[in-house]
Amino acid sequence: MTEALEGFLQALAAGLLIGAVYGLMCVGLGLIFGVMRVINFAQGDFMMLGMYAVFYLFTSFGIQAAFGNTIGPFVAILLAGPVLALFGYLIHLTLISRVSGTRTAALEGEGHYAQLILTLGIALVLQNGGLIVFGSVLASIRTPLSSSAWELGPFFDMSIFINKARGLDALFSLVTMTLLTLLITRSRLGKSLRAAADNPTAATYMGIDVDRAHRVAFALGTGITAIAGGLLATNNPFHPFVGIDYVIVMYAGVVLGGMGSIIGAFWGGMTIGLVQQMSTLVLPTQLQNAAIFVVFLLIIFFRPQGFFGRVVERT
Amino acid sequence: MRMSRAILPVIVFTVLYAAVSLTVSNSYYQLMLTLVPVWAIFGLSWNLLSGYTGLISFGHAAFFGIGAYATALGQIYFDLPPWVLIPVAGMLGGIAGLAIGFPTFRLQGHYFALAMLAYPLAILYVFEWLGFQEITLPIKRDSPIAYMQFADPRVYTLLALAMLFGTILLTQRIERSRFGMALLAIKQNEAAAEAAGIDTLAWKLRAIALSGAIAGAIGGFYAVVLLVVTPQSVFGMLVSAQALTVVMFGGVGTVWGPVIGSVILIPLAEILNAEAGSRLPGIQGVIFGLAIICVILLAPEGLFWKVRDLSRKRAAPPSPASPVAHDPAAVNALPSKSTPRDRSAPADIILEVRNLSRAFGGLKAVQNVSFKLRRNEILGIIGPNGAGKTTLFNLLNGFLRPDAGEILLDGRDMSGRKPHELCEAGIGRTFQVMRPFLRMSITDNVVVGAYVRAKTDIEAGQLAADAIDRVGLSAIASRLAGELTTKELRLMELARALAGQPHILLLDETLAGLGHDEANEVVAVIQRLARDGMTIAIIEHTMQAMVRLVDSFLVLDHGAVIVEGEPEAVTRDARVIEAYLGKKWVAYAPH
Repeated sequence: MTEALEGFLQALAAGLLIGAVYGLMCVGLGLIFGVMRVINFAQGDFMMLGMYAVFYLFTSFGIQAAFGNTIGPFVAILLAGPVLALFGYLIHLTLISRVSGTRTAALEGEGHYAQLILTLGIALVLQNGGLIVFGSVLASIRTPLSSSAWELGPFFDMSIFINKARGLDALFSLVTMTLLTLLITRSRLGKSLRAAADNPTAATYMGIDVDRAHRVAFALGTGITAIAGGLLATNNPFHPFVGIDYVIVMYAGVVLGGMGSIIGAFWGGMTIGLVQQMSTLVLPTQLQNAAIFVVFLLIIFFRPQGFFGRVVERT
Repeated sequence: MRMSRAILPVIVFTVLYAAVSLTVSNSYYQLMLTLVPVWAIFGLSWNLLSGYTGLISFGHAAFFGIGAYATALGQIYFDLPPWVLIPVAGMLGGIAGLAIGFPTFRLQGHYFALAMLAYPLAILYVFEWLGFQEITLPIKRDSPIAYMQFADPRVYTLLALAMLFGTILLTQRIERSRFGMALLAIKQNEAAAEAAGIDTLAWKLRAIALSGAIAGAIGGFYAVVLLVVTPQSVFGMLVSAQALTVVMFGGVGTVWGPVIGSVILIPLAEILNAEAGSRLPGIQGVIFGLAIICVILLAPEGLFWKVRDLSRKRAAPPSPASPVAHDPAAVNALPSKSTPRDRSAPADIILEVRNLSRAFGGLKAVQNVSFKLRRNEILGIIGPNGAGKTTLFNLLNGFLRPDAGEILLDGRDMSGRKPHELCEAGIGRTFQVMRPFLRMSITDNVVVGAYVRAKTDIEAGQLAADAIDRVGLSAIASRLAGELTTKELRLMELARALAGQPHILLLDETLAGLGHDEANEVVAVIQRLARDGMTIAIIEHTMQAMVRLVDSFLVLDHGAVIVEGEPEAVTRDARVIEAYLGKKWVAYAPH
């Protein structure tokens, strides 16, 4: 009995920790999707780039030497965010903006087809380009934190172990999330993003440059996802094709939270982390991911607008 | 003749492809030539659902994988030949389509697309868990032909080509039929399709069942060709992406799109793999990805449409700028109030609405509305933005269920019926937001609306031609909707509603966005319809054009009727002026 409860609590803790990072990852995509309504299949590969950016910043730019193995990775993650945000800005400027935003009004399906295949093309280039540049060997960011744990308890003969790296990752993620929420709700920039998301036409009349708002959202979303990727990289080895595994989790999280809701995307990602970890209690490990998709389907059947979404229809 | 003209290019393509593939002896390139029709068929199956209905599926690998595993496992465990198993795979794919479609069609837009993503991936992990990580089809040396294990790889190519030929013909057939028209109507505006008498769920289920069946069958064939099946290679994300890629690259919503996409992309990827991939792993993917990016930036809607648009532009006459000369609406001098319809005897009541109410949460969008519509009358429904005008129409044609009240159509209570039932009962409507098929002719756009009455395609064509004539667009009926002015589009919408031969026409802001003269022309057409016996209710928030058009007004504000009566009386009513302009203007009104 105690053992089962202990296992349950341990899985719950693991789910919450991994969920916090998944949440941030989903928020990155949620920003892009919420503001632009573009389905970006390359988002997972942007995250892969974020992981490698952290890796190289850490090992080759003296951060490891300056800050050591414990704090160093987090400094590198902090720097990788802006680097990837710039990358996202340029990708939008040169490619995405050509098939989205105000230019697409005349296209079939408002340009959705073109956006899908364009981002699939970008994903292919990044994955295979990554293979050429980074090689196919698994990379990892070594930190002593990932092999040690804090022990909570014992309470009633039970102890819960929290991996130090995962614990700090979750904390880092929550702080980033809080700052982002403040930026979106309080700042002028955030307001223009929300206006552009809510009603692009009306926003244009209010003097908001919708295409610029899209570009900022795309950059910000890419940077956020890169930070989440960096956090994951402190625990999980990665390779150039790692993006495919995560992009699906991201979309599931965004849909669960309700498309267009940023805080919703965070809770969506959290839900997925929890389902993934808790399912191991009752299902074989191989079905962990199947469980995610089944829960995902169930939730959208019963609440198609997501946790935080609204139903808006007009004939 | 129309049919044979469409078939000819298909035959030419098939023969050429067969000729080329018979000359290839290298077995690697022969496999590539087999895979081109395989992915083209898979693309066509995706196109059948997603290209025509606009509901993008990210999960077509589910059907493909089910077919592949059914064929492989059927041969391993039951020793059945592929000749039996591939049709079985098709059936299973079709059943899977129904099973997936029925719950998933409740979702719309991006939600549908992303929900579809989950199916193949959930199945993928289940198959891995079941221990089918990699299954190999047994080699049957004693009866190779019964088990489709041909010594000459060219036979596979010919077999795949034969299947592609069949799939193209089937798709062309569907495109031109009631089935295809229903799917296109759904893509354009699902609500409007339902209002035009199309049972949208039934057609979508047929589309996904057929699409799943084709994908399942070709998945089965794929397993036979490759002899090895793994969950990633048939259920994986990349398989679903393959369907999207070939179709979107080639062109969505046309039979040729998937074929063009796969004829170009599959060989490109394979050759890059063979030539460059061995020297620098990954370079093939980079080049392939760059090729896709470049093409899509130049031709965002796919190669087929780009080429077609270019060739049309070249073929088009240089100055189509003055088509006004032969506009029948203008030729028929404006019938003004001086030629009134015979309204001496009070006509019988065709539609009676009693105490109709509908609330959204706390907002009473329509409250206690009652009115009568007499045969051959034109009723103008006006009111400021948000007065509940469109909600009233949505209640009348069945988009919304009333909370209370009755809608009596020829004395029968029709409240709470589905839109396509009300359409059959004789209520036609147009919409505020126009969504025409820009690449289809006026005739093809209007035919969609005719199917609710027509038994055959020929009859539908006649009804459409008749409706186009009534709005005065016959002279330009073959012109593409994308080349029309707003006025002509509005008239085309009107014709589409007329093609279903309604008794009552509900027009939602038909004059919106038109200039003064254009509005007059449309008004003339509406007056002509009324003279021919149509009963019309029209929503508008500008009063000007309406005053000359309607027999009586119904003025709504905050969901309730504030005034009802003759135009002259209504326009002077203080309550109307207040609702439109605010209290302070009432003083200036002419009394």
